[in-house]
Amino acid sequence: MDFGPHLMLATLEGAVIAAILVLTAMGLSIVFGVMRVVNVAHGEFYMLGAVLAWFVTSFLGGHPAIGFVAAILIAPLLVGLIAAAADQLVLKHIDYDPDRTIVGTIGILFIIQQTTLMTFGPEARPVAAPFNQRLALPWFEFTDNGFEMFWPWGLSITSYKLFVIAAALTVLVALWLFLTRTRIGLIMRATQQDSETAQAFGVPVGLVYSCVFGLGAALAALGAVLVVPIQQAHYLMGADPLLLSFIVVIIGGLGSLPGTVIAAILIGMSDGIISVFFSPTLAKIIATFLVAMVLVFRPQGLLGRTST
Amino acid sequence: MPKTENGKTQISRRGALLGLGASAGAMAATGVLPGSLGFAQAQSSAPIRIGFQKHATGIGAAYGRWYDATTTAAVKRINDAGGINGRPVEVITEDDGTDPSRGAEVLEKFANQHECDVAFGTLFSHVVIGSAPRAGELKLPYFVVSEGHHVASGMLNRYTLQPGITDVKSQVISMAPFVADNLGKKVTMIFPDFAFGHDHRDFFSEAIEAQGGEVVAKIAIPPTETTFTRYFPSIPRETEVIYHVMVGPAVLTFVKELGEFFGPNRPELFGFIDSLEAVDINSTGLEFLDGTYFWEGMPRYAQANQTDAEKAYRAAVGVDDNGASLDDPADVATYAHMFGCWETLNIIKRGMESADYQGPQDRTKLIEAVEAMSDMPESEDHPQGAKRFNGKTHQTFGSQYISKVTDGKLVVEHVASIEDGLYEDEVDYTTQAF
Amino acid sequence: MTRFSKADALHLGILAMLVIAFFVLPTYHVGAVSRIMVLAVYAIGLNLLFGYTGLLSLGHAMFFAAGMYGFGLAIKFMAAPVLLAFVLALIAAAALSLVVGLLALRTAGVAFMIVTLMFAQTAYLVVLYFGEFTRGDEGFVLQQAERLLLGFDVTSETGRYFVAFSVFAICFLGFARLVQTPFGKRLIAIRENEERARMLGYDVGRYKLLALIVSGTISGCAGALYALLFGYVGATFASVQYSILPLLWVLLGGAGTTIGPLIGVMFMFYLIDASSAYTNSYMLIAGLVLVLLTMFAPKGIAGILRLRVMPWLP
Repeated sequence: MDFGPHLMLATLEGAVIAAILVLTAMGLSIVFGVMRVVNVAHGEFYMLGAVLAWFVTSFLGGHPAIGFVAAILIAPLLVGLIAAAADQLVLKHIDYDPDRTIVGTIGILFIIQQTTLMTFGPEARPVAAPFNQRLALPWFEFTDNGFEMFWPWGLSITSYKLFVIAAALTVLVALWLFLTRTRIGLIMRATQQDSETAQAFGVPVGLVYSCVFGLGAALAALGAVLVVPIQQAHYLMGADPLLLSFIVVIIGGLGSLPGTVIAAILIGMSDGIISVFFSPTLAKIIATFLVAMVLVFRPQGLLGRTST
Repeated sequence: MPKTENGKTQISRRGALLGLGASAGAMAATGVLPGSLGFAQAQSSAPIRIGFQKHATGIGAAYGRWYDATTTAAVKRINDAGGINGRPVEVITEDDGTDPSRGAEVLEKFANQHECDVAFGTLFSHVVIGSAPRAGELKLPYFVVSEGHHVASGMLNRYTLQPGITDVKSQVISMAPFVADNLGKKVTMIFPDFAFGHDHRDFFSEAIEAQGGEVVAKIAIPPTETTFTRYFPSIPRETEVIYHVMVGPAVLTFVKELGEFFGPNRPELFGFIDSLEAVDINSTGLEFLDGTYFWEGMPRYAQANQTDAEKAYRAAVGVDDNGASLDDPADVATYAHMFGCWETLNIIKRGMESADYQGPQDRTKLIEAVEAMSDMPESEDHPQGAKRFNGKTHQTFGSQYISKVTDGKLVVEHVASIEDGLYEDEVDYTTQAF
Repeated sequence: MTRFSKADALHLGILAMLVIAFFVLPTYHVGAVSRIMVLAVYAIGLNLLFGYTGLLSLGHAMFFAAGMYGFGLAIKFMAAPVLLAFVLALIAAAALSLVVGLLALRTAGVAFMIVTLMFAQTAYLVVLYFGEFTRGDEGFVLQQAERLLLGFDVTSETGRYFVAFSVFAICFLGFARLVQTPFGKRLIAIRENEERARMLGYDVGRYKLLALIVSGTISGCAGALYALLFGYVGATFASVQYSILPLLWVLLGGAGTTIGPLIGVMFMFYLIDASSAYTNSYMLIAGLVLVLLTMFAPKGIAGILRLRVMPWLP
């Protein structure tokens, strides 16, 4: 394939990765920002979202769209409730101490993973996309005959992948409105800035924490429901999203939601675009190393304040 | 999900233990052996203990579940026919977590805690390679069902054998003539960027060149990858055949995206079924595979010319004509590999019988007995087909199947003979001391 | 002085118990304890950086792997004698720690966690990329004949146990000494209050770098020891999982205590080993225990001991 169309293809694919990543990372970012804890089980909430989507769609049957819509409503809600329960049962009792939270959430990770293995099984299971047309894409170039449009071999995307990008954007806007325009959003932001003062003003901080933890998990699950028609549900699928969203949150700057969005796009796209120039594994090595170097020279993250 | 992972494995472990305990008790009670021998009799009717290293958790869990089902069925058949040397066989199952470190620990458990006679079963190459040094040191015969080239390459030791399944080098070599003659000479290979993928790359490149073909591009995909489209533009336009061997849970994505990339005009596709073991070939997104070719270690779908042995084996392991569980048609088996467990256990049985195996002191006699084996005809012991075991390299060779996806089924198009897959010995383990 | 001698007695007592264990434990457990001691060396390495200096690394697997591959590749491709290979392994781990330290220590807190995590991920991919030499994920075997330590066979139960014991004892006692020295005390001062340590005129950056190098080298030593004693070198040990495990061991055993690493490794090993005998879903049990432990034993097992029974615990 020619360089131009190849780059365009890689960019489009990068955008899909970034779209999913932004939702998952946003979930972690909110939790991290408000509660200041590293939730190692975040990837497992993502996995649960995908697995529940499979259960819902295979239970309902019928046209894939019915199951998909049901999954997008049910899976994040259920995962959010599970996460809120975990917060009430465990994290609340360890006072959100950073070290203990790591051990506690590793424990939760084991429990969720093993339970899924026992109920869902070790296989990768696909979920049908509600719609999935292959769309060939044109390319424009100046040739001897002037400006020409042609259809390069292999340059295409699917309607569902475009939908994923659009859906992620919609969720982002809704989330932004929720955090800035609603009372609950205001309370969350107040708790994030200073939980003690918030408490003094009568904010039920414990409840807010549970909601935040549930919301974070629900966002991860939502990302997973969107991704599961592209990838498949598998009980070990949580590790990658955990690492990537963790990286995104820190690169973006702790507690900065715009930073998280920018970092997700940067990381999602760079992975795709660097792969145009190098052999795949080398591209991965370079991408990982470069992102790490961003942090080395800007430890507070892209949009973070200096005092972290 | 009526059948849970847990339910199944627990039944197999506990069931095997209880059942075997009961049958051992029954044998003692009915006096299978003359009663005058006292202690000696009690000792010799104790069960033969086979340690089964199972991928119950981790990335290999889908394989582990079916390796377990096959092992249980094979042991039941052996016990129903009177056990080994008149003794019942007991399987001790331990989870290796598909991890090389835990795998080695499990071997120690077999040798020193459970006092197993032999260890058996594991699939993933890194677990085999991580465990094999310990098998050698513990002097515990270790029968692997891994299809890796590690045994025949000479990397391991005299205590490690692979008598039940052909290795990857032989599989790959035997595919090249068919690919070159029927699909095309210009091949692009897409493989995971780790040892298993590199074996495919190296062995196939050499084999296809010998057939007058060439590999026009080698695309190594990082194993952590979950999306693939951006790598496909590197496939040269002149490609006539794409040879793919992706493994792991992202495989469906791989196939789906390959289909979306090519749209209606695709080159020929040849893949290793490893990619789609335990996956229904009719899953959503796999429509693209219609008309493409796969290597199969053993045909998943019952073929028109099915042998009686294959039929009996299929029934014994509880798999229907479509390669899925009899209890749940959505639960697809790892049919192209799991026969290795069945055949290996039968070889252990024959080896123990010809060595007159009595206990751990006879382990070296057992290995020598297996090393002495050579041709094994197709039979209920060897339902996959005839085998030729090479005692020097500890590796077996068998026929390989090439199937075409036709109307949602895998239909065998070509059977590569044992001779197609032979290569020069790279080691002679029989010269190593025990 | 009593404080000092009590701690000393405890350390020597533990070592004595490990020697006795060899003679009284059944064979399987002798093998298990050999492995536990090797992994405890790894945990000691992380404990110095995390427990004593307050720097949480999520990428220690790269140091473990540097030692393991330094050792394994030296033997495989240079046919180096074991001792030389071991020295090369330590040099490899130290050099990697130095480079990682110079870059990663520009950051602190969570950024340090992520930078080390990503460097480790890079190292893991490098191992795969050079599959021609490393055999990637599959790894390679070191033959028994290649694992003679000055003509001494380390592949017997006895040999393995006492080599593991010797290296563990050196690291364990050396570490216990180290944290009592002014250097160790300054590390603790940095952990407790970095600003204050800086105001007092300590070159905080230099101390952190030294701590990271020592920590990385000890971890590399564990990696080389694993390859020597168990004959296997593979990419699994460079994966993220092997960066998280030592953290879990240290937190369980008690971060910032001398005996924590050994306790943590032993506890986790036997938790999985014992529960897997009763059920196939032992991860479920392990998960529950971790949750309960963190709820009711906040500072790890040694932390509880220090709180309840042995306030003098170093």
